[in-house]
Amino acid sequence: MTMARDSNQTEASAVNDMTPQAIDAAADAAVKAAPKIRAEKVAVHYGAKQALFDVDLDIRRNQVTALIGPSGCGKSTFLRCINRMNDTIAGCRVGGRITIDGVDIYDPKIDVVELRARVGMVFQKPNPFPKSIYENVAYGPRINGLSSSRAELDDIVVTSLKRAGLFEEVKDRMGEPGTSLSGGQQQRLCIARAIAVSPEVILMDEPCSALDPIATAKVEDLIDELRENFTIVIVTHSMQQAARVSQRTAMFHLGYLIEVGDTDTIFTNPTNSRTRDYITGRFG
Amino acid sequence: MADHTVTAFDDDLKFIAAKVLEMGGHAEDMVARAVSALLKADIALAQSVIAEDLVLDGLQYELDDRAILVIAKRQPMASDLRDIIGAMRMGNDLERIGDMGKNIAKRTREIKEPIHPRKLVGGLQHLTDLALEQLKETLDAYANRDVAKAEKVCRNDDAIDQIYTSLFRELLTYMMEDPRNITVCTHLLFCAKNIERIGDHATNIAETVVFMVTGKAAPSKHGTRSL
Repeated sequence: MTMARDSNQTEASAVNDMTPQAIDAAADAAVKAAPKIRAEKVAVHYGAKQALFDVDLDIRRNQVTALIGPSGCGKSTFLRCINRMNDTIAGCRVGGRITIDGVDIYDPKIDVVELRARVGMVFQKPNPFPKSIYENVAYGPRINGLSSSRAELDDIVVTSLKRAGLFEEVKDRMGEPGTSLSGGQQQRLCIARAIAVSPEVILMDEPCSALDPIATAKVEDLIDELRENFTIVIVTHSMQQAARVSQRTAMFHLGYLIEVGDTDTIFTNPTNSRTRDYITGRFG
Repeated sequence: MADHTVTAFDDDLKFIAAKVLEMGGHAEDMVARAVSALLKADIALAQSVIAEDLVLDGLQYELDDRAILVIAKRQPMASDLRDIIGAMRMGNDLERIGDMGKNIAKRTREIKEPIHPRKLVGGLQHLTDLALEQLKETLDAYANRDVAKAEKVCRNDDAIDQIYTSLFRELLTYMMEDPRNITVCTHLLFCAKNIERIGDHATNIAETVVFMVTGKAAPSKHGTRSL
């Protein structure tokens, strides 16, 4: 007992003795531990049809969270809520609350264009602009005023292409159209375009479903590297891909989030019987 | 559990489970016949046990071959993956049990004479019955995915260890009584050790069943092992 009391006293006095730097460091650590995105009771209706029911989900920063589930389960709908892409769909209503770093992104004061610069998106089919490779990447930073000179813009383009693992393959053909690249290269160009505006979150909706295995491996490798600087949410139909690239997995079914947990656990010993049936190929 | 959408996947898993049980049947049979050959000095029976080991090895090859193919083709997840990895581990244990039977059969050829002291015969037979009972229970537990039964097998290993220890003492006594007994008694000591090891392999299989069904390691039994 005496020992325990002594150590408590030491701990209490240690907090009082903390330097301002140490307090800052502790505050930083607390911010890092807080989820990047928090969804509370998110419900989505398309007209009269309800697509998502009361989804509560924390998405941790600098991690890859995979959303899995059969077609029509609501995973893409949920993904599109995170950068308000659903706003563009007529008759779509989003209820509940989604916060990024504690700020409600559905607050009327939020600038949606700015939000989408912070929350980038990569789609299933590579969709480069009908412009040069260079312009595909330079467009975002330019319209967002992220560079003050041509040299600075060049630097952003090169850095983004390098981070997307594409620079070596395209450095001698920057003026050629983005659409002249192979499917896998186009998808990495889209990822370079997404990261060029320095987003905080990257949403990926089946980013590899149109790619061959080698291109898929390159994108997966890239996702693993990007995790250091971004928070990534990926929708995938490939169980193996979800198991390989993510740290957390959320399983959706019929509009409900039915299980969320560490990827290693979800794919080796899931708790929910529907998750187990889905990942082992027994569904329906 | 529901069937897989791909029916051929279910066929693969059924094939693998059937192979494990088939191996189990052969292993049980080899051990029972090896001990019977030992006690009666039946050299022909011992030879047939030695020959049967090739059959068991062939079954294990078929099991591993299909298991590897299923992993490559279907990328099994969760309970399916544990089923397949578990089956491969059981295949190893069952193949070792067969080796124990073969070893007893080989020693039978060396001893060449029936075992006399009734107490010794009774002890060896009892040890064998217990080990085979453990093996039968563990294979039943596997066939029915019965965790409670598997855990019971894990707990029951002590009885075998005790009998083995008493046989060990008895054989030592015979050796001290008359040095001419040493050769036969040493062979018998190895036979007893082999049978005791069969019990250990049965326990391993039972632990694998617990892991396959629950995804968690079987509760470990603390305490010291006898010699």
